[in-house]
Parts: sequence; C-alpha cells; structure tokens
Amino acid sequence: MKLGLVIDLDVCVGCHGCAVSCKQWNTSGMTGALTDYNPYGQDPSGVWFNRIRSYEVGDYPNNKTINFPMSCMHCEQADCVDVCPTGASYKRVEDGIVLVDQDKCMGCNYCSWACPYGARELDRSTGTMKKCTLCLDRIYDERLDEVDRQPSCVITCPAHARHFGDFDDPNSNVSTLVRERGGYQLMPELGYSPTNRYLPPRVTRLIPTEDVSKKSLISSVKEWVNKMVER
Amino acid sequence: MHPAFSVIGFTVASGAGYGLFILLVLAEIYGFAEIDVPVAMSAGVLSLLLISGGLLSSTLHLANPKNAWRAFFRFKTSWLSREGVFAILFYPVALLYLIGVYVNDAKPNGLVWFVGLSAVAIALLTVFSTGMIYGCLKTIRQWNTALTPTNYILLALATGSVLLVMILAFAGKDIKAAAGVSIALLGLGALAKAIYYFWMKTVTGPTINTATGFTRAQVRLLDTGHSAGTFLTQEFSHQTPSTLLMQLRVVVFALGFAIPATLLAFMMMGLPSGLVALVGVIAMFAGIAAERWLFFAEARHVINLYHGAQHT
Repeated sequence: MKLGLVIDLDVCVGCHGCAVSCKQWNTSGMTGALTDYNPYGQDPSGVWFNRIRSYEVGDYPNNKTINFPMSCMHCEQADCVDVCPTGASYKRVEDGIVLVDQDKCMGCNYCSWACPYGARELDRSTGTMKKCTLCLDRIYDERLDEVDRQPSCVITCPAHARHFGDFDDPNSNVSTLVRERGGYQLMPELGYSPTNRYLPPRVTRLIPTEDVSKKSLISSVKEWVNKMVER
Repeated sequence: MHPAFSVIGFTVASGAGYGLFILLVLAEIYGFAEIDVPVAMSAGVLSLLLISGGLLSSTLHLANPKNAWRAFFRFKTSWLSREGVFAILFYPVALLYLIGVYVNDAKPNGLVWFVGLSAVAIALLTVFSTGMIYGCLKTIRQWNTALTPTNYILLALATGSVLLVMILAFAGKDIKAAAGVSIALLGLGALAKAIYYFWMKTVTGPTINTATGFTRAQVRLLDTGHSAGTFLTQEFSHQTPSTLLMQLRVVVFALGFAIPATLLAFMMMGLPSGLVALVGVIAMFAGIAAERWLFFAEARHVINLYHGAQHT
C-alpha cells in the first residue's frame, strides 16, 4: 500500500479548516500535544502539521489566486528518514507512512533540514520533532465507521479539496483523480518522489473586465468619505 | 539558515582539533617539525580539548539531549551518525598514539606510526562526515556540493597547522618547515573558499514555479497563512543584508587567511615568537568563525520558495 493525499487546487478555498481540524485531532493523538506558544499574546505560534499558503499565479487580468495546503508528502525517497541519526524517523513498509518515534527523537532538527516541503516542526516543549501521521490513529481504527476511517483533514474539508487513498491501487479514488486531472508532484526535480499529488486548477473561461462600468461621482465621494471618517 | 552558535563553535573548534592532531602525526613521521615529548603532549592535549569542547558544544543545540546516545545507531544511512561514531572511535586511537610517543620518547617507531596514521585516517573521516552532514542535503543548493566537505577538510588542516606552529614556537623549536606547510594549507583553504563563493553566485535548482507546480506563469506569494513566526521561519528564513555578507567575506579572507599567513611568513623570516603566532591564531579563529557563520547565513533552504522567494 502507498497511502497519501490528493489535494485539489481547483476547489480549495483557503479556509484553513483542514489545519484546524488536524490540530484538534492530533493534539490528543499519538504524537500530541501540538503545543502552542503564547497563544493569547501578540505573536501566537505553535506546532501545525498543515500549513496553507496563498499565491497569485499569472498577471492581471489573467491571474488567479491559488490556496495551497501543504503537509507531509510521505515521500518514497524520504531523505528525512535517511539523515535521522537516532532512528526516530522511519517509513512504514506496509503503507509508506513516515513517522517520528517521540521516545527516540533527540531534537537535532536535521530531518527538518532534509525536508523540502516544510513538513516537520520541532515542538519546543517536548524537544521532539513532530509531523503529519496521516491520522494513523484514525484510518486503522475499526471502532469507527468505514466512512470515518480517513484523515481528519480530508473529512473536514468543506470544499472536498482533499482525498485520501492508496496510490498502489490503480483503480482507487486517488489514482483515478491523478490520472484524469493530471495530478502532479511538487519539486519533482529534487528526487524525493512525494506520494501526495496536487490537482491543477481547471481551465475556465475568462471573466470579462472591459465592461465593468466606471465609478460614478457619488460612489467616488462615498469611497473618499469612508476613507476619511474613522470609527 | 539560522546560524546556531553551538554548531559554529563545534565545527570550528573540533575541526581545528582534528587538523592539529593530523599535522602532529604527519610532522612526527615526515619530520617537517621537531616533535619531542613535550610538544607532542601539548599538541595532543590541546587537540583533544578542542575536539571535546566542540562535541560538548554540539549537544547544546539538541532540543532533547537525553536521547543523544541514540545518535550512534544509524551509521548505515546518516552522516550525522557516522560523524558521531568516528568522533568517538578517534579517542582511543589518539590516546594510544600519544602514549606510544611518550613511552617511546618520540623516537621513530613503526608501530607508533601505524597507530598515528590510523588516528589521522579516522580524523579525516570525522571531518569529512561533518562536511557531508551539510553536503548531502539536496534541499540547500549552497551546501549540496563536493566543495562543502573539501572546505571542511582544508580549513581543519589549515587551522590545525597554525596551532602546531604556535606550539612549536612557544617550545622554542625551529618552525620554518612547519610554517611553510601552514602557509600552503592556508593558501589552499583560501583558494577553495574563493572558488566556493564564485560557484555559489550561479543560481540553480528549484524555483517558486517548480515548488508550486505552476511553471507557465509568474507566481507571487499573497499570504503565508500565519500571523507570527513559525518553526520554519525561525529555522530557515534567516535574512542578512547582502552588504553585511560581503563585508564578512572580506573579514574571512583578511582575518582567516591573510593575517595568519603574513604573521607566519614574518616568523619564518626571523621572528619565531610564540606570541606572534598566538595573535595569528586569534585572528584566524575570528576569521574562520565568520566563515562558518556565513556558511549558514548564506545557505537558502528550498522552503523559502513557499514563503515567497523566487529562487534560492
């Protein structure tokens, strides 16, 4: 088995729901807690397994906003595992999930240097490296209903931008999506062969901008007043 | 990359320690310096002190040092593990060599030389492993080159050789040949460093386009998704003004190579004072520490592409 995610950049709305749901599930999961530093202060920070960034692709008027969720890619050539001096990082043979044994990690940060995708974050309270587990403690839990045996981020996503499945099975949902939508790997030139794939945005018709009416005098004045007047 | 002072101190100090030991053994065997028991003992002790200090300093950057003992068990895949194993293996062989020199009163002896050359081989392997810790990372193009371990080995030998000349000068020995070797090593080190800086200018590798997969249009970061720093920004997004980087390169070449080499040349020409050598050593360590700081500060991890950098 080669378990992983497919992330559909066409429909991701950038709501950060996956990241929040991941944090909620995993903070009491096998590598929890996902510590927060200064959570109610001016510069709240902490450990997250998902990061969502937003990019602008292309130039106006042919530009598009792309919301870009990233988590561990569970690479086939996982250098983070090879460089680990303690053997705390390992890749499971049976399903390809990359994990960190919290009892062995010495917190040297070396694996995070070897990871090109920023998937590993040090928890400064425990001094150990933490990362996405692909919700190992969900997907194999037979007490859950079949439909719930998926990573937390996948179940939560309101836009259905995340899909979970076995890439070794050519007829699985993820393999089919990759085949039909041209799913691709990030930074393939580095040779990590990441398992997770990204589906590019569909080509859609342009939204015309030429016929947008010019601003009226009243709306210009309103805009100016709104800028000047403070609450 | 964030330049961690514990790692800078570790690589500079232990590198100089291994270099000093290598030069000590080679000088004893090939006779380019007069090595008697006091010189061998002081060089040996200084070398082991630098190495041990460096190794202890390296454990300071661990977030969970109670598991540090596990770091010896992934010799098959991890250069960090290999470095640890070689570093520990070095101690008994080096001590055996020093005992041999002491018992044998520093006279030529094949067995002692064999042990000494074994220590040299292990020392070289250790420094090579240190270089490969950085050199093997595909994520950082400034490190992923054969120049990285070359640089570590050459700078270890150069710094060690200057230390040996200082010990010889304080012991009142003839330093001519040793200082010559040292100047040659400093020159080689400076040359390799200059090649490295020249090579690094050419931008290669992944871009924000290959990182996101959008290779047919310009990609710009709109939002990083977090309002304060994260582990990733703290560890990888270290930014130094480019003018400071250029100034530090001048410091590297002036303090690290030019001043020690010039002082050594003065010493060869009739001023064989230990104090002059000490000034050279201090300048050299300042310069090489700047070199190591730059090595980290100029390294750009590919994660910066996701934080908006167009290339590394």
